[in-house]
Amino acid sequence: MVPVPFRIAKVIREIPGVYTWHLKSLDGKPFVYRPGQFNMVYQFGVGEIPVSISGDCREPDTLVHTIRAVGPVTNAMQQLRAGAVVGIRGPFGRPWPIDEVVGSDLIFVTSTIGLAPLRGLIHEVLHRREDFGKVVVCYGTRGIDDIMYEADLHRWRARFDMHVHLTVHSAPSGYRGRVGGVVAAIRAAQVDWPSAQAFVCRSETLTRQAVDTLAGLGVTKDRVWVTLERNMQCAIGLCGHCQIGPTFVCKDGPVYRYDQIEPLYSVREF
Amino acid sequence: MSYHPSVIGLDGLAALIEALSGDGFRVLGPTVRDDAIVYDDIAGVDDLPAGWTDEQDGGRYRLKRRDDKALFGYAVGPHAWKRFLHPPLLRLWRAEPDAAGMTLTAAAEPDERFAFFGVRSCELHAIAIQDKVFLQGPYVDPHYKARREGVFLVAVNCGTAGGTCFCASMNTGPKATAGFDLALTEFPGEFLVEPGSDAGAALLARLPQRAATAADIERARAVSERTAASMGRHMQADGVHDLLLDNLEHKRWDDVAARCLSCGNCTQVCPTCFCTAVSDVNDLSGATERTRRWDSCFSVDFSYIHGGSVRPSPRSRYRQWMTHKLASWEDQFGTSGCVGCGRCITWCPVGIDITEEVRAIRGE
Repeated sequence: MVPVPFRIAKVIREIPGVYTWHLKSLDGKPFVYRPGQFNMVYQFGVGEIPVSISGDCREPDTLVHTIRAVGPVTNAMQQLRAGAVVGIRGPFGRPWPIDEVVGSDLIFVTSTIGLAPLRGLIHEVLHRREDFGKVVVCYGTRGIDDIMYEADLHRWRARFDMHVHLTVHSAPSGYRGRVGGVVAAIRAAQVDWPSAQAFVCRSETLTRQAVDTLAGLGVTKDRVWVTLERNMQCAIGLCGHCQIGPTFVCKDGPVYRYDQIEPLYSVREF
Repeated sequence: MSYHPSVIGLDGLAALIEALSGDGFRVLGPTVRDDAIVYDDIAGVDDLPAGWTDEQDGGRYRLKRRDDKALFGYAVGPHAWKRFLHPPLLRLWRAEPDAAGMTLTAAAEPDERFAFFGVRSCELHAIAIQDKVFLQGPYVDPHYKARREGVFLVAVNCGTAGGTCFCASMNTGPKATAGFDLALTEFPGEFLVEPGSDAGAALLARLPQRAATAADIERARAVSERTAASMGRHMQADGVHDLLLDNLEHKRWDDVAARCLSCGNCTQVCPTCFCTAVSDVNDLSGATERTRRWDSCFSVDFSYIHGGSVRPSPRSRYRQWMTHKLASWEDQFGTSGCVGCGRCITWCPVGIDITEEVRAIRGE
């Protein structure tokens, strides 16, 4: 339960207020995890926060976290440079159910920093590309300056075996990309809706909107997978903070099948 | 059960405490402090609250003198044994800056063994519930485990039910049925002692005693029966799981929210509430220390994530506590989180009564 020291090898400024760390363990041991799991990341003398793992799990020598500066800890972390040491506890939680979706078309629906928890899954899907049908990423951001992981998006868009529907809510005149909401991007996807599996990572309100859109196209809620956020302090189901009804998001989640979490999800302030 | 009950006198009780401390246990038991019966170190029979009883009701606790010198003539006070197994404040680790970045050292676990003296049946159930929470999940709490292992439990079958007790309706008392090493039933001046484990039987064999007669056993049975019949509260627990989860938008939640102060007293006195928060404290040497303390789902911060709290209203926080205690707990741990000890009723500053809230949601 004691954090293990990792050194920041590289800091990438993704978009304003969002940064990615490439971390190396001080003892050189590989960090083994599965896409969808998260770590508790600790800054010496400041505090500890849960962060999903955004790297490629086939490269266990580099641990990748993408963090948005929203509170005291994440703002302090934003000041850290390469060479600094942080503490890591993990990995925790249930990963994305990649083996359960073999053979299906996959559609990823996400916005802005929501791509971070899905990125490792997309990498893994591409490593096992022949196991799946069509692969479509529907990604929306507020503006053209909020597009995360641009290099990945370019690489993915260049592939002949996947589709990327990138959309922005607003763009300067002259922008030639898609402008509008993610709903339109979902509708533009060409997958086999009656059998496709969807992975959604957005705010809770926008998740509902995405799930409704998908349902309208024929993706039943037992084929929609989401990842949730809650206050987490121990990450092993003992501190109680992350409960939603009977579930502990840290150990039973953070990944849920939507039909199983919907009854809890739809109760206000539950 | 192959164990034989015996009867011991006050000398036997003194010998029991002495034997436990002689065997290296830290003996903890009820004692009077600050006008309440609390659990603390006891050196002998003289530390026990002789001749005291308590008067308990919603938001009310008063110690009173009894006409006799009974040692266990009261119900449970504000303390629960969880304060020793799951301490209110616990140092987890310390980090020192160094050339490599930082060195973290986990806090050492104590090597003392506890003997709990005077554990009520509801509290044995509470300990069994916390065992499920901390020891039987996919993750084990090492701090609880280190303290729980080797605990010697001396139970007391209650001879007096408190004004807020409802163990009889939760099937958690008043008679201790399992999970103890020795169980006492108090008669004037003497005690029936029933061993519940080999360790208990072995210890009992070392005490001055006489064999229990059929009359003694009958007398003890009558004590428990009388206590069961005088419970101050009653909870209709049948179907409460579905009742609460089917009524998450019941208007009663607004009603209770108008009374609840969100102080969290109920969660601090509850013998099963287990939530904790961690905080990091930096000192002037440059080191930092992480401590864990009891937390309460009644605080706004409890569910804070970036942008705000998941449960900003007292309505949602009371609902969280009660639905967790009586409903979700069953889904999580296969048991109710409530043992009917009544502490949450007694120590609620406005006297909110969980049994009454359940009745109201039932529409009675």
